[in-house]
Amino acid sequence: MKKLTTTLAALILMSSTPLFAHGDKVKVGMITTLSGGGSGLGIDVRDGFMLAVKGNKNISVITKDDQRKPDIAVQLADKMIQSDKVDVLTGIIWSNLAMAVVPATVNQGKFYLSPNAGPSKLAGKGCHKNYFNVAWQNDNLHEAAGGYANSAGFKNSFILAPNYPAGKDALTGYKRYFKGSLAGEIYTKLGQKDYAAEIAQIRASGADSVFFFLPGGMGIGFMKQFSQSGIKLPVVGPAFSFDQGILKAVGEAALGVKNTSQWSKDIDNAANKKFVKDFKSEYGRLPSLYASQGYDTGKLLISAMSKAEIKNKDKFRDALRKADFESTRGKFSFDTNHHPIQDIYVREVIKEGKILTNKIVSVGLKNHSNAYVSECKM
Amino acid sequence: MTSILFFEQLLNGVQFGTMLFLMSAGLTLIFGVMGLINLAHGSFYMIGAFSAALIAGLTGSFWLALLASLSGAAIAGVLIEIIIIRRLYRRDHLDQVLATFALILLLSEGVRWCFGAFPLFLDIPSNLNGTLPILDNLIYSKYRLFIILMGFLIAFGLYILITKTRLGVRIRAGQNDRQMISALGVDISKLYTIVFALGASLAGLAGAMIGAIQSVEVGMGEPILILAFVVIVIGGIGSIKGALIGSILVGVTDTIGRIFLPEVLKIFMEPSSATSVGSSIGSMLIYILMALILIIKPSGLFGKN
Repeated sequence: MKKLTTTLAALILMSSTPLFAHGDKVKVGMITTLSGGGSGLGIDVRDGFMLAVKGNKNISVITKDDQRKPDIAVQLADKMIQSDKVDVLTGIIWSNLAMAVVPATVNQGKFYLSPNAGPSKLAGKGCHKNYFNVAWQNDNLHEAAGGYANSAGFKNSFILAPNYPAGKDALTGYKRYFKGSLAGEIYTKLGQKDYAAEIAQIRASGADSVFFFLPGGMGIGFMKQFSQSGIKLPVVGPAFSFDQGILKAVGEAALGVKNTSQWSKDIDNAANKKFVKDFKSEYGRLPSLYASQGYDTGKLLISAMSKAEIKNKDKFRDALRKADFESTRGKFSFDTNHHPIQDIYVREVIKEGKILTNKIVSVGLKNHSNAYVSECKM
Repeated sequence: MTSILFFEQLLNGVQFGTMLFLMSAGLTLIFGVMGLINLAHGSFYMIGAFSAALIAGLTGSFWLALLASLSGAAIAGVLIEIIIIRRLYRRDHLDQVLATFALILLLSEGVRWCFGAFPLFLDIPSNLNGTLPILDNLIYSKYRLFIILMGFLIAFGLYILITKTRLGVRIRAGQNDRQMISALGVDISKLYTIVFALGASLAGLAGAMIGAIQSVEVGMGEPILILAFVVIVIGGIGSIKGALIGSILVGVTDTIGRIFLPEVLKIFMEPSSATSVGSSIGSMLIYILMALILIIKPSGLFGKN
């Protein structure tokens, strides 16, 4: 009799142990930018995600290149949903592509886990129960930069960003937290690489600091030209112009610059240490914040799969909402609009041996959510 | 808005223009002599920059890197002309556009295969780093002055080449009447290869010089290619002089427009919408300029009908 009860108990235990209960497979469609300009970001997200799900036999991933074009991303999403029958979509880097793909995807009952783009529309009025952002809302890092500018005692900032939705979100985010005045505000052309004219304006403006959001190659050009111009103003920006993939190309011009990020290589927790070590041994390079976002997206998916079957959408969604995974960022939870609540750090670009990288100097904003929570009616 | 600042922005415009000239001179030569629309011209800009970054990484010398950009792009130009472009001269423009567009994709992915997706590092030489006081209150980047100087030297060199040398005579003859000069016994296919390689190497040099202050990455040539086309349409297709004047015009209009338009609009509007509207119109200015010039002179400033 005793034996029988133990067996029974063991059986009950086993059935509540997720590994045994849900052996169902999840098909993931990853649409990201793998060719042309900006492909470094997509490759990092993909590699981070693949590292997280490596060896998991229940997850199969189809990866496709969107070439940074909204129309191609939409075609790929249609094909993945209709003929490949994926359960979850992820991978998109750029906000304009996300705006083209996400609404249709979630309305067809699929889940979308964003490893990067977090446009304000999808956080506010356009939020959806099947859409989760594992990275940040677009404004977040800029808000932290504004907060940092106050604590650094900046009174008169010159701010610039490209003239497109995420650029406007950036300046709005900075201004939302920055208490000083503005010496100048410039929207540059998207894709612009030469900033001689803007730098001349900065020199003439009498600013005491510069905030810029110029992702990818745009930021490389700006930092190099700014340091050659001999202007000695402090610069602050979001991590996008100082991530691991870009620092090498900026060179010493970036040394000492403060930038804000939700992730850094030196965040002290076990999950992050394991991630950095595994990423290095798998791909032979240091991970970037994009890679960490891809990795966390993979880990979030695995955590939800261990709690619920994908067929049961409501339960699976609840499982996602719990965010019960070991994030590389340490503390991580979702707000009611399915965007992260997390710490945003201030980092400084340093040199480790011969490699330029970032080091945390302080916490910019603690348990930071986003400004659009109240607009989201789910 | 002081006059010093205005003059500095003018210099910035001229510097941007001289770089555009290096791109558009090759483009307009190739179109003028061979009648070829070469969309892949931006790829030579990229190849030049990558060759330079590679050599600078190996040797640490910027000057060797510049040399590498010239020769790297020229070699790529010769190979591509012989293998692919040569078959396109007799085809109509739509075929040329399709084929050279395919070349952009092939070359971009090829470079990504060799060098990876992350931008490369290329720095300016230390003796050109920093600024130079050129007027009382005006300090200007030494490297940008160097770019302006190089641009005008090359423009002068091209002028000598076209007007004073045997090769130049053949190029001009080729522009006027292709059949006649081949009937006169000039090896036309060799001439075409030389012109193509010359255009490619100028683009490559531009790529290296600009790559050193911007970024060396896949796809860097396409945005500047569009501007180069605007320049040659404004200047008149086939005309080197037109390319030079068109480049400076576009460079100055673009720089001055995008800086001063928002300032002017601030008189009528509140600052943040003035910035946003002003920069939007500022980026359209060169196309408005192009439209205006085409209305007045349909074949461009120095184009033949």
